[in-house]
Amino acid sequence: MADFLLYALIAGVGVAIITGVLGCFVVWQRMAYFSDSLAHSTLLGIALGLQLGIHTTLATLLLCACFALLLLWAQQKQTLSGDSMLGVMAHAALAFGVLALSLSDNYNNIDLHSLLFGNILTVSQEDLFWLGGGGVFVFAMLIYFWQPLLLITINRDLAAAEGVAILRLQLLLILLMTITVAVSIQIIGLLLISALLIIPAATARLLARTPPMMAMIAACLGVTATLIGLRLSLTADLPAGPAIVSVMVLFFAATNGIHAAGSLRKK
Amino acid sequence: MRQPLITAEAIGLTRDNSKILDNVSLNIAADDFITVVGPNGAGKTTLLKCLLGLIKPTQGRLKRQAGLRVGYMPQRITAARTMPLSLHYFLALNKNSNAREIAEIAELTNITQHLQTPLAELSGGEMQRALLARALLNHPTLLALDEPVQNLDVGGEIAFYHLLENICDTRKVAVLMVSHDLHFVMRRSRQVVCLYHHVCCSGTPQVVSQDPQFKALFGNEMAELMTVYQHEHDHHHTDTGETPNG
Repeated sequence: MADFLLYALIAGVGVAIITGVLGCFVVWQRMAYFSDSLAHSTLLGIALGLQLGIHTTLATLLLCACFALLLLWAQQKQTLSGDSMLGVMAHAALAFGVLALSLSDNYNNIDLHSLLFGNILTVSQEDLFWLGGGGVFVFAMLIYFWQPLLLITINRDLAAAEGVAILRLQLLLILLMTITVAVSIQIIGLLLISALLIIPAATARLLARTPPMMAMIAACLGVTATLIGLRLSLTADLPAGPAIVSVMVLFFAATNGIHAAGSLRKK
Repeated sequence: MRQPLITAEAIGLTRDNSKILDNVSLNIAADDFITVVGPNGAGKTTLLKCLLGLIKPTQGRLKRQAGLRVGYMPQRITAARTMPLSLHYFLALNKNSNAREIAEIAELTNITQHLQTPLAELSGGEMQRALLARALLNHPTLLALDEPVQNLDVGGEIAFYHLLENICDTRKVAVLMVSHDLHFVMRRSRQVVCLYHHVCCSGTPQVVSQDPQFKALFGNEMAELMTVYQHEHDHHHTDTGETPNG
């Protein structure tokens, strides 16, 4: 197999596993819009990285982390509703990101299309190192803090009364999301990363009976969709990211259809 | 004297220029059974949350015994349908309890037959007992209950209080409860705190029910009704029946 194919395969599977598991928390905590806003801010990170000559993934990571804290702080203020505030911030980040990119000297060399939709076939070895490191860290943290993370997701007051440090764990979850978005963005693109977080988890919800089962099913669905999507993209010459997401949507629709039919029959 | 579990010295909470709690002082000792009563919006739940450290008071001093274990039963939790969560998994999400204990406490709180039920599908009474079970699994020295019988019908309410009495009698646990239900409050509590942003009056049920401030807050009729209840329960009549299924 050609190197670029092997890299694409590893990257796709890796992203699918991390986003599948972390996506469950996005679904449970209703953070879909939050993760979307975070993804939008990556553009500014990439622009800044190019401008200042810092590694783009590192720049994205740092900027996303700052942006996430800003989002949290803005949501506390609550003069606007949470979703409006997220909307303002997400589009501000997007607009400033495009402006910053256009001011950059090598604007003509920047492929905006691949920033938006990703380009899994151009994944480099270095990208894989970032993905591997980030993925292992995210995974280890999720496993280690699984119990308190679930508890704050179910009920904050209950968790606090039992001695869980809520704020610290919430920050951890946001850090994990930031890392996931930053290391996946080159591969899947900023418009599709939310899809990878939300769709497999939302599909798994209907199939799972416990939270860990839901995480595992989401990861498996994500990996399967990625493999099929990549295959489609190669044989039919389709863009890989959208192909992967389309397969995920098909899974989602099929699962929902079967579930609805099942509950109809029960009645 | 032993150190109290929680000591509140003149705590207050001001939010958006309105005083939700004002100059509240309270001691909770190891064998106390304290009930906070008061009209809606009096700040009862807020006081409970302040005492447990879930909300930081803006005035006053609050001391909690080092290593205090609290079993907290919130008013309700809305089990998100986004998470597939069985009652058993919910109870097991606790580093202080093992499988044997979960089975034991599920039996005690009469939820064994619901252990595999998704949390979101429990009835009001089942959910209250599930939350009580969760609170007990934390090995509490203090049980903090926020309106535990809200949303229950009369039968469920009586059953719940039987259960609570049983637990207090068999386990060494202090109880701090917020309640509307003056009947039970007067019968069981050793101390009643009547709250309307500040402490209107506090003391034994007998003392509180005679207090003019209490009468002003709940009306003469209620105060008289409560005196009647106390008479009833001076006679130690036997409780009938088993705890029915909720």
